[in-house]
Amino acid sequence: MRTEKSPVRALLPWIGLTVAVLTPLALASMSPLLQWRGPVYIASGFAGILAMGLMLVQPVLVAGYLPRLGPVIGRRVHRYVGGCLVLAVVAHVAGLWITSPPDVIDVLLFRSPTPFSVWGALAMWALFAAAGLAVLRMRVRVPLRLWRRGHVTLTLVAVGGTIAHVLLIEGTMETVSKVALSLLLGVIVAKAVRDLKIWSLRR
Amino acid sequence: MTILRPTRREMMVLTAAAAAAGIPGMSIPARAAGLAPTRTMRGGANNYRPGAPIVNRIGGGGFWMSGTVRRAGDGAPLAGQRIQIWAHTTEGHERDARSHGATLTNANGEFRLEMPQIVPAFGQAHGHLAYDSGDFKTVFLRPVMASSKDTSLSAHFVLEPA
Repeated sequence: MRTEKSPVRALLPWIGLTVAVLTPLALASMSPLLQWRGPVYIASGFAGILAMGLMLVQPVLVAGYLPRLGPVIGRRVHRYVGGCLVLAVVAHVAGLWITSPPDVIDVLLFRSPTPFSVWGALAMWALFAAAGLAVLRMRVRVPLRLWRRGHVTLTLVAVGGTIAHVLLIEGTMETVSKVALSLLLGVIVAKAVRDLKIWSLRR
Repeated sequence: MTILRPTRREMMVLTAAAAAAGIPGMSIPARAAGLAPTRTMRGGANNYRPGAPIVNRIGGGGFWMSGTVRRAGDGAPLAGQRIQIWAHTTEGHERDARSHGATLTNANGEFRLEMPQIVPAFGQAHGHLAYDSGDFKTVFLRPVMASSKDTSLSAHFVLEPA
């Protein structure tokens, strides 16, 4: 994985990841729906799109797919990005709450009429739990293999829930970039789970 | 790797279950006794503002909300019933007072109110309607547009005595 490549080839994954995260945001900024939304509602939508982009960054960092970024720094940045991801989701939900409190209360109580919101809520709680496990790991001694399986299982729920959430929603995300980001996220997460041998008996 | 497959399959089953659970009240079979009353839809009362004024048109118009109001049991059309309507449109959020208005049914129990174009909000292009005048039991509806490009939407009430 980490053989020395030419400087240009080493740049490609960095460029690819940047494009993958920024393109959906750029295309959403051209959505016609924005003209009929207030600033808080618009910001909460973008916080959600950013959160999905940060989700893609996480397996890339932890599996070491970015050339010239060592595993130690990769994992440190993974923790930092994880914190940003939680904040982005909090901003997403808080902005929606300010825009329409009863709709968000329905979602959090799992009684919303819209199926995509159930997936969003599920993904949110799984993400918070995965982040919570990450914080706990620094305080509580748990066998690494067991900890990883727990963290990754919650992550898979968060990723699956997020993909279902965005694909079912009619929002500001442009359709092609939405499907592309969903596919890329699913593929990269599956690859990272395999490469890191999360469920193999011995490492 | 193998762990992913059952997860996806479960997800599809859950999606189907969630979709089916998302539309209660739409699958109530007609009872032998006659026409069954319409049930309030989930989320139907969200951003409701009591006492929306009766108007000829909400805002600039261009979009039509229509429907019928009938009596449970015999299905008789109910004239002069006040129906309140609100939605997220090109002219305002659901919570804004200017997005709300009311109209009355005609002799055939039909209502029709022009309003601004409904646009997708909270992931779906949808409208809200309420009957809450008291003679019959209160009902809140939340119909979803088949396409957000539609320029009309309809919803039907079957009311039972309060």
